[in-house]
Amino acid sequence: MLLYALRRLIYLVPVAFGVSLLVFALVHLAPGDPISAIVPPDAPKEVVDKLKEYYGFDQPLPVQYLRWLGVTLTGDLGTSIGTGRSVAAEVGSAFGNTIILAISATLFAFTLAVILGTSAAYAKSRIVDRLVTMISLIGVSVPHFWLAIVLVIIFAVELGVLPPMGMGPENSTGWTFDRAHLAHMVLPTIALSVIPLGVVTRTVRSTVKETLSMEFVTALQAKGMRDSRILFHVLKNAAPTCLAVMGLQAGNLIGGSILIETVFAWPGTGFLLNSAIFRRDLPILQGTTLVLAGFFMLLNLTVDIIQTMVDPRIKRG
Amino acid sequence: MDTLLPIQDRGGPAQPLLLATGLRKHFPVAGGLLGRTTKVVRAVDDLTLSVAKGETLGVVGESGCGKSTVARLLIRLLKPDKGTMVLDGDPVDEPHGITVNELRRQVQMVFQDSYASLNPRLTIAETLAFAPRAHGLPAAEARERVRDLLTKVGLDPASYSTRYPHELSGGQRQRVNIARALALRPRLIILDEAVSALDKSVEAQVLNMLVDLKTELDLTYVFISHDLNVVQYLSDRVLVMYLGKIVELGPVEAIYGNPQHPYTRALLSARPSMDPRKRTHEAPIQGDPPNPIDPPSGCRFRTRCPFAEDVCARVEPPLADTKFQAVACHMRVAGSGHSKAMAA
Amino acid sequence: MALQSPSLDIGGAVLVKPTPTSAGRGYWQSVGRRLRRDPVTLVCAAILILLVLASMASPWLGMADPYKTSMLRRLYPLGSPNHWLGTDELGRDMFARLIYGGRLSLFMGVTPVVFALMIGGSLGILAGFVGGKTNMAIMRVMDVFYAFPSVLLAISLSGAMGAGTENTLLSLTLVFIPPICRVSESVTTQVRGFDFVDAAKASGASAFTIVRVHVLGNVLGPILVYATSLISVAIILAAGLSFLGLGVKPPEPEWGLMLNTLRQAIYVNPVLAALPGVMIFITSICFNLMSDGLRAAMDVKA
Repeated sequence: MLLYALRRLIYLVPVAFGVSLLVFALVHLAPGDPISAIVPPDAPKEVVDKLKEYYGFDQPLPVQYLRWLGVTLTGDLGTSIGTGRSVAAEVGSAFGNTIILAISATLFAFTLAVILGTSAAYAKSRIVDRLVTMISLIGVSVPHFWLAIVLVIIFAVELGVLPPMGMGPENSTGWTFDRAHLAHMVLPTIALSVIPLGVVTRTVRSTVKETLSMEFVTALQAKGMRDSRILFHVLKNAAPTCLAVMGLQAGNLIGGSILIETVFAWPGTGFLLNSAIFRRDLPILQGTTLVLAGFFMLLNLTVDIIQTMVDPRIKRG
Repeated sequence: MDTLLPIQDRGGPAQPLLLATGLRKHFPVAGGLLGRTTKVVRAVDDLTLSVAKGETLGVVGESGCGKSTVARLLIRLLKPDKGTMVLDGDPVDEPHGITVNELRRQVQMVFQDSYASLNPRLTIAETLAFAPRAHGLPAAEARERVRDLLTKVGLDPASYSTRYPHELSGGQRQRVNIARALALRPRLIILDEAVSALDKSVEAQVLNMLVDLKTELDLTYVFISHDLNVVQYLSDRVLVMYLGKIVELGPVEAIYGNPQHPYTRALLSARPSMDPRKRTHEAPIQGDPPNPIDPPSGCRFRTRCPFAEDVCARVEPPLADTKFQAVACHMRVAGSGHSKAMAA
Repeated sequence: MALQSPSLDIGGAVLVKPTPTSAGRGYWQSVGRRLRRDPVTLVCAAILILLVLASMASPWLGMADPYKTSMLRRLYPLGSPNHWLGTDELGRDMFARLIYGGRLSLFMGVTPVVFALMIGGSLGILAGFVGGKTNMAIMRVMDVFYAFPSVLLAISLSGAMGAGTENTLLSLTLVFIPPICRVSESVTTQVRGFDFVDAAKASGASAFTIVRVHVLGNVLGPILVYATSLISVAIILAAGLSFLGLGVKPPEPEWGLMLNTLRQAIYVNPVLAALPGVMIFITSICFNLMSDGLRAAMDVKA
């Protein structure tokens, strides 16, 4: 088992290299001089050249890549061109905020999805099944950033019961587990959870339905096992596939929260990315993308390994 | 492109139609830290067989003994790691011989799973016409050929040409598979468990059809099966395989009437019989089939053989001729060192 | 963003059951017939066709000019005379903008998927059929792209290349190539393992002929179903990019862009501000339902 995990980790190394190359290429193949984000366009040439030398923009690209890679591997992600703070610090705090939102959204979405999906699979009445199918269809079809705006309109603008943006009340930094902060979390959580809700509900419903039709369930019923106990076995059987899908969705949430964070001005990695793109703050852009991609890769790897452990049918090693 | 006439015989009746020498096929198993090949499945090891013109060579053995690998090697769906093949005097896949494509014109195969061996998207006619068309036969002649083939296997062309595989029963599908194998007018047909999946009554019909076709079309068969009774009914000579090696080879009467190898004897006596007077006197085969990844040293059967001795672990028994057949067992080789062997 | 359809990507468990047809008919004809009979698919297709036709026939329908601004007539509410859906923040007729935006939004949704299907599908089928080192090389490259969540990849690419319709199309195509490639490879590898492909090889036909006759027909079905399920994702992603200012540039009418520019209006005219999203929602549902209909039409057990 450990061998399998180690082998997967080693396989990750060339991919990680490719990812770093891609991230580097992305921001450097962009049109426009990165320097132009720092200095006004009419700056004297000597100043521009000096700054180029300072940031290393005058070296050939492969050299820039290797320098950047070397520095990054030590943990130093550079300094933000816009704020001057260390990129690692900025990304770190933003990442924490994104995680808070992601955790609450996944908890909400997955719990609801398992309940809905299982009920739909078990339901004798077609109405329940139809209803759940419709909910999951809406979940995957609705543009979540539009839903976010609609939620703001309804609850913040019209009803005025929930705050329209931000992570906490005015002049508060960081996040604490109090009423005001939770109020700020409600709308973004709902908006963020619709897509995972839709996808996972569909998966749970179809896997549980498939498991229910298997002969071992009939055998258990014939043995006289209680329904609640059978449910436990059914869920255990459906778990590997569902966990894999959940893992993927969780990963997508963290990497793809940018739209929701923009609507709510939630200070997470997505919001950071957004502002970095428009300020053309390359170090932040590279650092954030790298961290998010790296996290996504590790998450996928963990989900893979967990799935291998949980599903005895998959060959290991 | 030739016009798909039947290939002429060369070399006369004495020359074997197919001679395979020293065939070896190992499959790598990924393992270890970097996914490198650490182990191999030794599916077929140093196998030599010959098929005479017009005979039916039966190949028997348990699952996992390598029979299907041999089948695929003979038709070159798999490339052997080592070994040569000669088709009616022409070496295969060598500078002065015939190409693999030319081999395939003369050697064809019928697969076991009648459903998976037919493309569900094509009609029967399209499936049968595929090979001839691929070899350049014009459409009209191909249609004619399809009609001819269907009639030969006992299916009415008018009703079956436009049907799809899922509309046919298992027996009908196997007839189509056999028809497909005949499409290029081959000389040798390899039947890999071709009737194993059929109901007994259907199996009997298909077997009789195979016998008739053989005489009518001057065919040679290699018939692979785990069903000993069917092999006895159909074959002229029988080859018994165990874990990638031949353990016994000879005429069907000799193998079934006087089996020499312990494995063959155990196999044959394990057949259930309707006759209450037939009792089993042989020792049953003990243990589980060993792993082809790490076959036992020396004689591969020794771990399950009630007569195994020291020499069996040290020396691999060669396939040696006895009076009527060839056996790979130290007990039958004079002077081998086995206590039951005759003195040299 | 859910680019991975749940039934398709876990452990490569695409169930390519040799799908039967009704007696005597070609497979694709029977699929088409089943689709034509499915009411849900028909309604969705009708809605989408109506949308496209409306935008193409707009000059003759007497619709207002979606580009014509008017500083006097800004943010008119619904039901105003001459502007039954109101006007946007620059005085342009909302109805016209929505219909015209439909054309662009649909284009941005369908085109990247079509391109990705052609490129990713071919690469995947090639990798699946040939196997070996080619397969490894192609799939490793795809793995690098797979290391990114799709939204992140789209935003990074668009952020790097800049806004604009062509850039967005390129960015979205690149985002969709890896998943389509992966599904194609998985399905092709499965089909390649079937005996009838071996039988075709044994008949001495060339690899190209085998792929054309035997592999393609069995492989295109599942790939197509997957690709159509990506269209709604593409529409939402394109709208999202425009919403962030990374997609279509103003003054082009595009639903995502309109959601962005109308955000300031949510305090004044909330319903107006939400309208473009309704269109995205409806279109997305239509495509998803049609994709489900296609899958159902192909998955018939005769």
